[in-house]
Amino acid sequence: MAVNDVSFGVTPGQIKAVIGPNGAGKTTLFNLITGFLAPQRGRILYEDVEIQGEPPHQVASRGIARTFQLVQLFEHMSVLENVMVGRHRLSRAGLLAGALRLPWTRREEADIRQRAWEVLELVGLASRAHQPAAVLPLGLKRLLEVARALASEPRLLLLDEPASGLHRVETERLGELILALRDRGLTLLLVEHDMSLTMEVADEIAVLNYGRLIAEGPPRAIQRHPEVIAAYLGTDWQR
Amino acid sequence: MRLRRFLNRWLLFVAVVILIPLAVESEYYLTLLNFIGIHTILVVGLNLLMGYAGQISLGHAAFFGLGAYTSGILTGTYGINPWLALMAGLLISGSAAFLIGVPALKLRGYYLAMATLGFGVIVYIVFNELQTWTGGPSGLAGIPALALAGFSFNTPLKLYLLIWPAVIFILALSASLVDSRTGRALRALHDSEAAAESLGVNTQRLKLLIFVWSALYASLAGSLYAHTMNFIAPSSFDIMFSIKLVTMVVVGGMASIWGSLLGAGVLTVLPELLVFFHDFEVVIFGGILMTVMIFLPRGLIRGLLDLKEFRRYQKEGGGLSG
Repeated sequence: MAVNDVSFGVTPGQIKAVIGPNGAGKTTLFNLITGFLAPQRGRILYEDVEIQGEPPHQVASRGIARTFQLVQLFEHMSVLENVMVGRHRLSRAGLLAGALRLPWTRREEADIRQRAWEVLELVGLASRAHQPAAVLPLGLKRLLEVARALASEPRLLLLDEPASGLHRVETERLGELILALRDRGLTLLLVEHDMSLTMEVADEIAVLNYGRLIAEGPPRAIQRHPEVIAAYLGTDWQR
Repeated sequence: MRLRRFLNRWLLFVAVVILIPLAVESEYYLTLLNFIGIHTILVVGLNLLMGYAGQISLGHAAFFGLGAYTSGILTGTYGINPWLALMAGLLISGSAAFLIGVPALKLRGYYLAMATLGFGVIVYIVFNELQTWTGGPSGLAGIPALALAGFSFNTPLKLYLLIWPAVIFILALSASLVDSRTGRALRALHDSEAAAESLGVNTQRLKLLIFVWSALYASLAGSLYAHTMNFIAPSSFDIMFSIKLVTMVVVGGMASIWGSLLGAGVLTVLPELLVFFHDFEVVIFGGILMTVMIFLPRGLIRGLLDLKEFRRYQKEGGGLSG
């Protein structure tokens, strides 16, 4: 069992980080929350509504967006178009209305385009808007994934190891972006290996090990927590 | 800049379509062009499904046939208005696609290919066996020409004036669709189903929608075919024809609206040129499908462009051989 008996909450407007050694069940936890996996038992509450077992697109429509540990971009589409797909849940045009370019769908398209540009400006990708997503370096790909998720105007954003594969400067910039998003009122849940980033941005940290929650609290307390130290460095180290 | 190039392309296309009947007098060539037009409508529809949704239908000949037989039987046998019959064909084909698609698209993988393959075989048998309505293997004759306000589309030239405006409309509609909200969702789904879902795209519903949509194109083409030929027989709607359509999509280039026109054109003309090899048609089509898949997987247009690019690259001293 990848995740068992894990119970914790995320305070609105905060950055919560989930950490733990490889195979601790962090990504599984993300997939449970976002509907990619259905829990065998237990509940997942979002704004006081049970959402466990809902398909991913329905979870997304509630205002929960995510990024992926292995970047999942629409590689054949332009950077701008990638972000435009992010507006999907907030727009209406159906197949026929869109294909016939009815006047109201044109206004909607213009709005989608403008909002997408705004998000690209926010994350600093506007100069790349017309490039195919496939040609971006990894650091910008991760950024584009965040931009795409932001375009869907989520209230909760889940970032799955956003710093993996990034160099130090990129990671620092990412940290700044994450803090800026929180200051705009977004709630973030973060899975991360990079300890410096986690300690810097997280308001609260939950630690998983072998699919169980072993500690939860503010970064300073977590750093000194004996079970966390044991999980990361092995018990021998303590003696 | 991009917009101008885009407009130029369409203007050129429309101009060519208008000019051709002024230059071509031979009824044989006009008829051939009409078939290219009908095949283009079929191939664009199948391309939306294959190239954009990443699903294969091996039964598109069946939807083509349902359109043709609905139009043929309702107008020929029962004297119903051909435009109403065309609508009835759309309704029947769309419903059939919906009923196949619901279970087949619930599963991941190529279940749609298998379900449509089975469907194609069944429909072909039904056309043969339901003799009281379809005329059985010897076919259904006496299908009237389409008419609009007293103008009857009963010569190859007049049919050209009906079919090619329809082709332009279908191509424009499809290009517009690809560039719309639904089109973006479709392309997104092809690249990453997980990411599309995570942004609120109901991928299962979308696949079903585009499958039904492409069946409607096939049905429209079928109705036009019935009124063009005035006679239809089951052999036009067999599995081999479904495979030919898949070949046309692949040759023209997946996820390419203009490629559909090219694929339909090349593979409609080719059998005419190779008429002496008629017995080997299946082998030739199979060979083309394999060759293109292996050497030009992006289709004829983009494949040749890639090749040119590669040559230039080699000449400039790049590459491994450099």
